[in-house]
Amino acid sequence: MIAREEVLHVARLARLALREEEIEPMAAELSAVLDHVAKIGELDLEDVPPTSHVVEVTGALRADEPRPCLPREVALQAAPAVSDGGFLVPSPQA
Amino acid sequence: MSAGELLGLSAVAASESLAAGAISAAELFEAYRARADADRDAGEQGLNCFTWVAEEPPAGDRQAPLGGVPLAVKDLFCTEGVPSQSGSRILEGYRPPYSASVVSRLAAAGAPLLAKTNQDEFAMGSSNENSAYGPVRNPWDRGRVPGGSSGGSAAAVAAGLAPWALGTDTGGSIRQPAALCGIVGLKPTYGSVSRYGMIAFASSLDQAGPLTRDVRDAALMLRHMVGRDPCDATSLQFPHAIELPSAEGLAGVRIGVPAELTGEGIEEGVLSAFRESLQRARELGAEVLDVALAHAPHALSAYYVLAPAECSSNLARFDGVRYGMRAEGADELLEMYTRTRHDGFGPEVKRRIMLGTYALSSGYYDAYYGRAQRVRTKIAEDFRGAFEQVDFILTPTAPTVAFALGEKTADPLAMYLNDYCTVPMSLAGVPAISIPCGLSGGLPVGLQIAGPAFSENRLLDVAHALELALGFDGASARV
Repeated sequence: MIAREEVLHVARLARLALREEEIEPMAAELSAVLDHVAKIGELDLEDVPPTSHVVEVTGALRADEPRPCLPREVALQAAPAVSDGGFLVPSPQA
Repeated sequence: MSAGELLGLSAVAASESLAAGAISAAELFEAYRARADADRDAGEQGLNCFTWVAEEPPAGDRQAPLGGVPLAVKDLFCTEGVPSQSGSRILEGYRPPYSASVVSRLAAAGAPLLAKTNQDEFAMGSSNENSAYGPVRNPWDRGRVPGGSSGGSAAAVAAGLAPWALGTDTGGSIRQPAALCGIVGLKPTYGSVSRYGMIAFASSLDQAGPLTRDVRDAALMLRHMVGRDPCDATSLQFPHAIELPSAEGLAGVRIGVPAELTGEGIEEGVLSAFRESLQRARELGAEVLDVALAHAPHALSAYYVLAPAECSSNLARFDGVRYGMRAEGADELLEMYTRTRHDGFGPEVKRRIMLGTYALSSGYYDAYYGRAQRVRTKIAEDFRGAFEQVDFILTPTAPTVAFALGEKTADPLAMYLNDYCTVPMSLAGVPAISIPCGLSGGLPVGLQIAGPAFSENRLLDVAHALELALGFDGASARV
């Protein structure tokens, strides 16, 4: 079972608030899944290269040419808060 | 033509009737729009498969090849000016300023947007119960799930509320709901369809594909989906045009049956429909052989490391700054992020973000993510080896038929096991289609057919021949 401190550490890394009553169930559920996936630890994978992508893509580079992008006001349209043509957020050091 | 007759047309038949001038795009659109609207207004009595329905048909090009066959689109595809929330509260009210490439491509080909469909939040789920819009009901039995994550798309097509629908598949999210709803669902070769404008879940696995009433419809939609897109660097030029399948026999076709995916864990009713399908294949002239996918039993474990890892990274963008909702009252930036994500994400999405963050965190990376990537290599090698011996691989699509709403929500692992037969193909990046192959206890069973990368034309031919021989009748699910 994953320790409570570890759950809180991972939640901090994931930028996810957890309520007190959510910590214990999260630890239990993560542990159950991790126990299951731990089965891949039984395989001999020495000298097996990792695969991050199944399809070989070569020559994906393109010419770096400027082209039109979203107008500023369109890009800001869906934001919860804007100010002076930018995204408005609370101060990082309140 | 009466509304009933219009709604009975397959997408291929509708596009032919449109081309011949026998029906008009406007009357076809209106017939479906009225149906979709009625389902939305029916509340608890409806299927809850739509999240948005068009009010009027967009102006289309009459000369476009499809001629105006309306399309239902999974919520996670960005559609310009039309709500696109990926089934999540965190994107509440989001109307994207642009459309996904594949949606634009299909619209240009003559498949105008009819409706957006319900789904599991960020495509994470196998029952469509993880949705901010509430669960979708299965048209075969409204007390049961339609599968997921493309559950709204599958239910809409099965019920005849849309001629066809667009879905996405990461570990089975097109094939499994297609199986549970008794329709056809195709996950194309990874890279053949642009992912631009699809709200990302796990980028190395996500792939768009058709959910349709029959195999020919799937081929017709796929024809207008594939192709390289400069906006998605992982998209590829499909090596040939997609043809409408016409094969009726399977002479000379070698079919492989992997013991790893056709025994333990699959319920008896599903296995017996599967065995019947193999018998039909033999009668059509196919040679049925045993084939090994030795690492397939480990695919689910690898998948539930890799997909959450990619999701934890992809979903970092939802922070209450640029789009969607923001938690009220936070007076400090970090608190605003963490509370927005707490309030905006549902339980399954939080679990996967936590799981993925854990697997990528310092000290665990090699044991989880690194190993899972190596398992992925072995699985891809297994498929390459198998396809040296056989042309296609057949398995059941899902281990069970549609289960009751609420039955598996308390146990994430039990829910994950739904993907047992579909995840190996996703990790290998190969194309796979699910076609309905019979009933078990009055509920549809799906047959999965997988082929080598870019074998879609031959895969569709095999699926077509089997579909004809199996003669599955989905009429009783129509609303």
